[in-house]
Amino acid sequence: MTDFNYDKSLHLKKLLPKDAIDKIDNWIGKYPADRKRPPIIAALTIAQEHNGNYLTEDLMQAVAEYLDVPHIAVYEVATFYSMFHLNEVGEFVISVCNNISCSMRGANKVIEHLQNRLNIKVGETTGDGLFTIKTVECMAACGGAPMLEVNKVYYENLTEEKIDQIISDVTMLRSKKSKSTEVKK
Amino acid sequence: MANEVCFRTLHLDTPWSLEAYESVGGYSSLKKIIAGKLTHEKVIDELKLSALRGRGGAGFPTGLKWSFMPRNMPGNKYVVCNSDEGEPGTFKDRDILRYNPHQLIEGMIIAGYVMNAEVGYNYMRGEFYEPYDRMESAIAEAKSKGYLGQKILGSDFNFELHNHMGAGAYICGEETALIESIEGKKGQPRFKPPFPANYGLFGRPTNVNNTESYASVPVILEKGGQWFLDLGKPNNGGTKIFSVSGHINNPGNFEVNMGTPFADLLEMAGGALGGTKLKAVIPGGSSSPILPIDIMMGLTMDYDAIGKAGSMLGSGAVMVLDETTCIVELAAITAHFYYEESCGQCSPCREGTGWMSRVINRILKGDGRAEDLDNLERVATNIMGRTICALGDAAAMPVKGFLKHYRHEFEYMIEHKRSLVKG
Repeated sequence: MTDFNYDKSLHLKKLLPKDAIDKIDNWIGKYPADRKRPPIIAALTIAQEHNGNYLTEDLMQAVAEYLDVPHIAVYEVATFYSMFHLNEVGEFVISVCNNISCSMRGANKVIEHLQNRLNIKVGETTGDGLFTIKTVECMAACGGAPMLEVNKVYYENLTEEKIDQIISDVTMLRSKKSKSTEVKK
Repeated sequence: MANEVCFRTLHLDTPWSLEAYESVGGYSSLKKIIAGKLTHEKVIDELKLSALRGRGGAGFPTGLKWSFMPRNMPGNKYVVCNSDEGEPGTFKDRDILRYNPHQLIEGMIIAGYVMNAEVGYNYMRGEFYEPYDRMESAIAEAKSKGYLGQKILGSDFNFELHNHMGAGAYICGEETALIESIEGKKGQPRFKPPFPANYGLFGRPTNVNNTESYASVPVILEKGGQWFLDLGKPNNGGTKIFSVSGHINNPGNFEVNMGTPFADLLEMAGGALGGTKLKAVIPGGSSSPILPIDIMMGLTMDYDAIGKAGSMLGSGAVMVLDETTCIVELAAITAHFYYEESCGQCSPCREGTGWMSRVINRILKGDGRAEDLDNLERVATNIMGRTICALGDAAAMPVKGFLKHYRHEFEYMIEHKRSLVKG
């Protein structure tokens, strides 16, 4: 017999660290107690952040169990909003705006330079799994066009030099981070 | 005078702090209300007098909207702020959130008081991490001072404010899609009626306003509806933040009086980039039809003047285009955007935005056909007014605008398979 009384929170707790679970609980507290769906977007955002920037079936299932909502409710949110990635992406997702104002100020050159520099096309991920380039629609920073976003941070008034700097900064940050985890081990 | 309303802390160090906000008179309207010197009827009267119109793009009178909320209806009611800034060209709400978060918070608390609502949600687009952090700190500051939370300033009035984050969807800027999104669903707009004031968030009466609208309220109540009205023009009260971008020397946000001549705004933004000749302006975000520069130079920046010229003030996103701009290319970017962002609920929009995008791209590739322009016109006309929300119209209007003023560029490209402008 299937046990319907299993602890539905365990699955996600196994997949995410405690601070991520705490953050999700904090989001749950913002909405009426009888409403289970409102924290879905936040929970998926947090889950994605802890899973190398993308979501898996398993993770979505776990979020659904944790929030006690049908799997489809989570899946339809994950597939509707453009910030969720359902395929593996790089540790750093570079989102380049190519809407009107950024295009007028050279978004295509930004994309071209990134492609040459990282040796990948838009939509692809570098071999070391570090970078993915994607194009996105207006991110409300047109005063600083052309602009791009790396994970959570906006970079505006881009030039080729600035782009090179961003990439080397990010790469450096990454190697520092991996060194510190090595030490911990 | 510039920066008198939503940006009034901008000249200070750490303009986002509570200290900075209080130093310019912040939270004094709330204090007046709590002290019983400003009733909820009076607040609505002042807003109506001020002629504050919705700053998100639709321009609906804010005072009138607030009066629709059934404040005496028992049970929960909600105050929701639309900070899902996404209309291409618009970047003003991001700066209000980053540089003057307390004024938005005060505006929402006042709305809660007027509408008898105890909970508010500020819906920010998912990419707004920096504004989110600022808002979270500001909410904590306001709580610690007793402006927000339980028993506000010792009264019986309670108001909790939460930030909610989206995750990338232009359509969530439509108020009912935004409500669906807070409820944790896909952002697909609802039929109206019922309007949110009757059936909104969680099925309860809900008031949705744009960030700039809420943030204007505290100043209007401090200085009076008449003062605000006099800043602008009749029926177009106050100041407006214009986000100026594109081929311009000094792009950025400019909070100026409603009715400021476009020529003055252009000068403030430093004029054409590199001194080139300007060609056209998209005056109110990418949904607003393009206007040639000759027409724009004779206009003032307010809802009525831009409306009369056949476009709209929208969100105040002024995109300036110089003579190197190929209108067919511009149309392709615009059409692709709406195709990408249609939620897919209504066939005319779901299919029509795809048709328009594909036809314009075909022309751009040099595969245009003689009948394409009439087809574009027809598809645009057939989308308009036939969808649940305004995204359909927003997709159709700019295409019609491009064809109205620059049909010859499309014809040239179809015939010669190259751009009239770029060769």
